[in-house]
Amino acid sequence: MLLRHTTEKEIDRKALTINPAKTCQPVGAMYAALGIHGCLPHSHGSQGCCSYHRTALTRHYKEPVMAATSSFTEGSSVFGGQANLLQAIGTIFSVYDPEIIAVHSTCLSETIGDDLKQIVAKANADGKVPEGKHVIEAATPSYVGSHVTGYHNMLESIVKYFAIKTDEAKRQINLLAGWVEPSDMRELKRITKMMGIKTVLAPDTSDVLDAPMTGKFEMYPKGGTTIPELVSMGDSMKTVAIGQFGTKGAAVALDNSCKVPFDLLDLPIGVKATDRFIMSLSKAGAVSVPEEIDMERGRLMDMITDMHQYFYGKRVALFGDPDQLIPMVEFLLDLDMVPAYVVSGTPGKAFEKRLKEVLGDKIDQVKYKNGANADMFQLHQWIKQEGVDLLIGNTYGKYISLDEKIPFLRMGFPIVDRVGHSYFPTLGYMGGIRILEKMLDLIMQYQDENSPEEAVELVM
Amino acid sequence: MVKKKDYSAGLPDPTPLIEDIISKYPSKIAKKRKKGMVANDPEVDQEVQANVRTIPGIITQRGCTYAGCKGVVLGPTRDIINLVHGPIGCSFYAWLTRRNQTRPAEGEDNFITYSFSTDMQDENIVFGGEVKLKEAIREAHALFNPKAIGIFSTCPVGLIGDDVHSVSRDMQAELGINIFGFSCEGYRGVSQSAGHHIANNGVFKNVVGLNDRPRESKFQMNLLGEYNIGGDAFELEALFEEIGIELISTFSGNSTIKSMEYSHTVDLNIVMCHRSINYIAEMMEEKYGIPWIKANFIGADATAKTLRKVGEFFDDADLTAKIEEVIARESAKVQVVMDAIKPKTEGKLAMMFVGGSRAHHYQELFKELGMTTVSAGYEFAHRDDYEGRKVIPNIKIDADTRNIEDLTIEKTDNPELWRDDLVTKKAALEEKGYAFSDYEGMMPEMAKNSLVIDDVSHHETEKLIEFYKPDIFCAGIKEKYVVQKSGIPLKQLHSYDYGGPYTAFGGAINFFKEMERMLVTDVWKMVDSPWKSEPEIVGSMTINA
Repeated sequence: MLLRHTTEKEIDRKALTINPAKTCQPVGAMYAALGIHGCLPHSHGSQGCCSYHRTALTRHYKEPVMAATSSFTEGSSVFGGQANLLQAIGTIFSVYDPEIIAVHSTCLSETIGDDLKQIVAKANADGKVPEGKHVIEAATPSYVGSHVTGYHNMLESIVKYFAIKTDEAKRQINLLAGWVEPSDMRELKRITKMMGIKTVLAPDTSDVLDAPMTGKFEMYPKGGTTIPELVSMGDSMKTVAIGQFGTKGAAVALDNSCKVPFDLLDLPIGVKATDRFIMSLSKAGAVSVPEEIDMERGRLMDMITDMHQYFYGKRVALFGDPDQLIPMVEFLLDLDMVPAYVVSGTPGKAFEKRLKEVLGDKIDQVKYKNGANADMFQLHQWIKQEGVDLLIGNTYGKYISLDEKIPFLRMGFPIVDRVGHSYFPTLGYMGGIRILEKMLDLIMQYQDENSPEEAVELVM
Repeated sequence: MVKKKDYSAGLPDPTPLIEDIISKYPSKIAKKRKKGMVANDPEVDQEVQANVRTIPGIITQRGCTYAGCKGVVLGPTRDIINLVHGPIGCSFYAWLTRRNQTRPAEGEDNFITYSFSTDMQDENIVFGGEVKLKEAIREAHALFNPKAIGIFSTCPVGLIGDDVHSVSRDMQAELGINIFGFSCEGYRGVSQSAGHHIANNGVFKNVVGLNDRPRESKFQMNLLGEYNIGGDAFELEALFEEIGIELISTFSGNSTIKSMEYSHTVDLNIVMCHRSINYIAEMMEEKYGIPWIKANFIGADATAKTLRKVGEFFDDADLTAKIEEVIARESAKVQVVMDAIKPKTEGKLAMMFVGGSRAHHYQELFKELGMTTVSAGYEFAHRDDYEGRKVIPNIKIDADTRNIEDLTIEKTDNPELWRDDLVTKKAALEEKGYAFSDYEGMMPEMAKNSLVIDDVSHHETEKLIEFYKPDIFCAGIKEKYVVQKSGIPLKQLHSYDYGGPYTAFGGAINFFKEMERMLVTDVWKMVDSPWKSEPEIVGSMTINA
């Protein structure tokens, strides 16, 4: 057994996290910043933070992940990291020449009280930021929230820094994306293009973290939201923000500073969440939904109605990030599956609130937990108490899946032992089809492997 | 496709390359970085700057002290709960990410598949985390009943004044198991290296010597600095079992805290990764009189050489005969594979920037394939790993090094544990020219005009690729896709790209086959689209659709 010490017997744990269902803020800040064109993320902390985050992102996306660090030593930890950050900013612009440096803090720099705003202001005042270049900063203390919070905070900072309201209103929609794959970013752009809506998507990691092999390394790949695009967001008609844990702050900021109203939606995963997304876009852009999209929805519904028998009543355990979990739970319910256990290490009351709305009177069938005390160890204990037919989550679910012999669908971050997530989306109706395909593959494989010989089915 | 270089007549003087590399740096940085680059001359003593701070803003391969302590040294040991005191990330990132394989027997403890953390929240930062840490230790004890718990400090811990050592003492008294802490906050040193030292100190103080198990075998030895990545230690365990030497403990791959407790009952320590573990070897010698030798099991020749050296130490006719038998048999197998692959790899160029040992050790394997290492360097090594231990007395102790406790070790007062026999034996062997406590470092074994670079940066990596156009680049995951996007295959020498094992004879065969896969394939030649080289196709397609 891989997790040989896990038993069904729970104790009331208050202090010990075992097998976390989250990681810390800065990695999210790094990912969000990579979705800005010409931007180099910078980790203001010990070298290890930057190294670990680059490693985690590289293993997930199988792409170069460039970022710099303030390389704190004992001295900087005692006397403050200002000197390190000032030097870093100067060094980065002269050696690596980005358009933007996106600085995020760490538990170390937050604990000693480094004020990023003040240090960046000093860098500007000292002439360390070349003309036309930018340094943005976000506070991302690792002891608050999770990696999703870090993504949220960096996205908020990016938008706050760049978006400007001018007198010239633009016929365009802001699309703020929660932490999704480059493939999903690409799919979002395909959908809005089909709708005929001019959109600024931020951040946008397509063509950054799914870059083609060309024989030439590009430190700042083609993709990413550009500075002019970011600036123009202040003049947009509306913001559609998908995944509130990743995007709420940025949406609110655009409303507050530029008076761009927003719709805050779930990530468009599954039928109903995608329906809401499409309708929101349709209203925001004042366009009718094109036939192609109706056809895509029809194909997804066709698959659901045709394959309903295989989904019906199946118990599912899910862990991951709230923005994915909420619409996935809804999608599973729509398939008449049972989202038996739902766990996220990311804190926030909005998770429970939204889950209750989605689950309605089915809430009693579901055990759920989120926040600092929610972990995969407890999820595994619940599974040992009463089993499930399918497990959905990041790569670490493999160990539970192998021990308990549960079919396992990889979704979320990080996925380091399979590829495909960066190329094939799970958002939108087509993404829904892909989720169904993957679930069915697993369910049918399990059925094939566990049927007596006479009952092995040729046809589904 | 990049045009390959031919260095069969010798490597070019890399001095112009060094000048070109540093020309992009601001002058202060240029001056500092230049000291970390040396045009190698194996005949001459040359100094390379190492184990100094990375300049903020420079994109480095390096990690932190915590990574060296928890991730590298303690992480591979299966029967200890490694509890990380800090925000969640540090424990999350060190969770199963280093491929330290382990084989627990049925019913034996194995906590490697688990991640333990106090997941400090903001209130713990403000009001202190000791109460939560104690409670977490109690909960870990209640759930898992481990023999030992190690507490690892992350950056905020030292700053807010949490004392992991006093908490460990209190909890050891309360729970009656071995509990010890490490002050391995990420910022403590300039790289992972500080963490190795802290881990060595902690293990030596709190584990080694707890159990004076009587001798069970004729030849007893520890294997130090072998972390069983990709099963490397399994290869070596099998080798020594066949030869008839009992490996008492390995620090720390496929190993247990239990075995470390009686690791001071050996006759000899052999050290694989000099950088990460030489401290324990030194301390064991000072306290118990157990000598140590440097070992290298990367490459068939290196393995044979190390085995013979071990044989010479034990000086037993049967053992020596067995060693020669194994070397003869296994070398023959390696030779067959080498003969088949070498014609395809001969003359190709490699470069490697990794670790504190591997950038040296792996040059052996490339040499066996007829390849040249044009440039190499370590990520977190010290000058002695480059220039040899003879420079240790001359290494300037800076503030960052002084920061790490250097334990003062006293000779054990237990006469049964002090190994006078070994002290005598060492003296006698040294008379005959046998080298103990010695490591000659990487540079004497590298070609003239090869370029040695310590703590290579991203900018330097790009320049090196542009200049040398190597056939293969060895580094880690952060560099992997950067280099591959440039059209050059990268072999990870931390994780082995999920391959291995690469130690000993079987490992050499695995590595040769891996090099054949990477160096002979045509996949890289398909990168350019065919229409890019035939512009007329573009021309003929301008008809209106």
